[in-house]
Amino acid sequence: MLRYLAKRLSYYAVLLIAAVFLAYAISATALQPRTYFEAKVPRPAAESVERQLTDLNLNDHTPVAVRFGHWAGGLLHGDLGRTIHDTPVTDDFGRRVWVSLRLLLIGSLLGMVLGVAAGAWSAVRQYRISDRLLTLLSFVLLSTPVFLVALFLKNGAIAAKDAAGHEVVPFTGYETPGLTGGLGAHLSDWALHLLLPTMSLALHGLATYSRYQRGIMLDVLGSDYLRTAEAKGLTRGRALLKHGLRTAVIPMSTMFAYSFLGIFTGAVFTETIFGWHGMGEWLIQSINEQDVNSVVAVNLFTAVVVLVSGFLADTLHAALDPRVRS
Amino acid sequence: MTTLVADPAEAAPAPRAAGRGRLVLTRLLAARGAVAGAVLVLLLFVLAFGGPYLTPWDYATPDFTALHQPPSAQHWFGTNGIGQDVFAQVVRGLQKSLVIGLLVALFSTVLASLVGACAGYFGGWADRALMFVVDLLLVFPSFLIITIVSPRLKSTGWIAFVLLLAVFNWMITARVVRSMTISLREREFVRAARFMGVRPLRIISRHILPNVASFLIIDATIAVGGAVMSETALSYFGFGVKPPDVSLGTLLAAGTSEAPVFPWLFYFPAGLLVLFVLAVNLIGDGLRDALDPTAGGGRPRRNSRRKKP
Repeated sequence: MLRYLAKRLSYYAVLLIAAVFLAYAISATALQPRTYFEAKVPRPAAESVERQLTDLNLNDHTPVAVRFGHWAGGLLHGDLGRTIHDTPVTDDFGRRVWVSLRLLLIGSLLGMVLGVAAGAWSAVRQYRISDRLLTLLSFVLLSTPVFLVALFLKNGAIAAKDAAGHEVVPFTGYETPGLTGGLGAHLSDWALHLLLPTMSLALHGLATYSRYQRGIMLDVLGSDYLRTAEAKGLTRGRALLKHGLRTAVIPMSTMFAYSFLGIFTGAVFTETIFGWHGMGEWLIQSINEQDVNSVVAVNLFTAVVVLVSGFLADTLHAALDPRVRS
Repeated sequence: MTTLVADPAEAAPAPRAAGRGRLVLTRLLAARGAVAGAVLVLLLFVLAFGGPYLTPWDYATPDFTALHQPPSAQHWFGTNGIGQDVFAQVVRGLQKSLVIGLLVALFSTVLASLVGACAGYFGGWADRALMFVVDLLLVFPSFLIITIVSPRLKSTGWIAFVLLLAVFNWMITARVVRSMTISLREREFVRAARFMGVRPLRIISRHILPNVASFLIIDATIAVGGAVMSETALSYFGFGVKPPDVSLGTLLAAGTSEAPVFPWLFYFPAGLLVLFVLAVNLIGDGLRDALDPTAGGGRPRRNSRRKKP
């Protein structure tokens, strides 16, 4: 098993380096920090623009490979370069990464667990009312883009506020500014702010995973080994849990890994809509400001998270399926 | 034969093997969801392309006598803040979103089938190189690249946007086609063709692709819905279709802030968007059941469950 995991890890390392280089090359050529400086009022002198660009490692007269080398050299020391406002990228990164991870982790885990549970439950109760309702719900959710789900939730919260006369569920930001009180007050405040953004992410995951899980579980339910397990004296519930669900989750582990990018993309929208100052909002903002180093930092973040989740999926796969280990 | 057909009366007029096309059609018509989806898609297409002829209003020309008017006999879906007719706008936006969705699905499916079939058929280094590209693009946040590159494509308009969406939408399909090709490669008819000296590209087009066609049809159908969703999301944030061009995404972006007060600006485009993607997904699901009887939810399992006391 360790050898298998080591092999996957080295493949991911190569992928990571290639992906980051590609991201750097595309961002460095497509974005134009020069226009940002030249558009300043009063218009700075040509040499001053040139010097600032060179200082920030953004000068488009330097070959991309050289700029990448410089940036990668800094990365080895934990330095992600400087933003276009001449502040360290790592400052922004450190502040925003926790905001985003909170949303991403809770949202995707919730979607995963609920999706697998709902799909398996629905397969066991195939063609009953509950199965049909869940199928209908997941079809509607699958047909609604995440940003639209988020907007519906936000509009609902605004309507509730107008109806009740005060804010029922918060829909902007991730905490109440200037909140006083103990740890309990802060935690419940966080949880309330998390509610709507997490829901918009988790609902989509729930819909996607439950469809797949239902299909896979149905295949498993008809299998001989499940009948054998029951024949040997296991109760139906135990047989389903120990033999059915375990087999049915294996193909899902690969899906989890590949779905992360979709979740991140969804998070970019939810963050922007609910006013969270996370990685997604940073991305949109830095693209509009032609801030190459910040854009690359977001790229690096997503690539690392995708590969980490890919590696976790491989580990899960190997743990559940003994054939993979050999 | 009789054991396979649920209702003997149904089998009576066609006792011997009906053609596959007919079989698929019968199954598809039996799936109520798929029929409803197909009717909906048809209606939406009629609305998108016939709608502009139904209303005297143009999507861009403002009517200064009606600002922020709710839906009425004059303006069916109401008007926006500068007096543009929302019905004309929504119809125009729907048209653009549909065309983009169809083109993206077409391009990405063609690309996916070519790459997947070549990687699977040739194997070796070609396979490894192509799969590395697939993995790379999967790791690589396509959304980021589209947002980074799209401001540079302002002058080329929405066709470049279609290509960009297609380029980042084919990888998972290609993987599936590849694994299907690997198993097809060893089948007798493919080997026979190979030993007869048929050229590889011809084998791929004549023997491999027709055998993965049913998967590709299902996948392309679902890809239409996915492409429309990506298009609206990107356009919503100003990275896709840009004003003065109109798509459902730009309409949603314009209507969002006014949604609590002037709901018709937001809920008409939102409703049509969900309705269209839902219809496409229903067709895709029905097609899957009709083309691939072994896929999840088939009849045999229902019987095996019933056998349980």
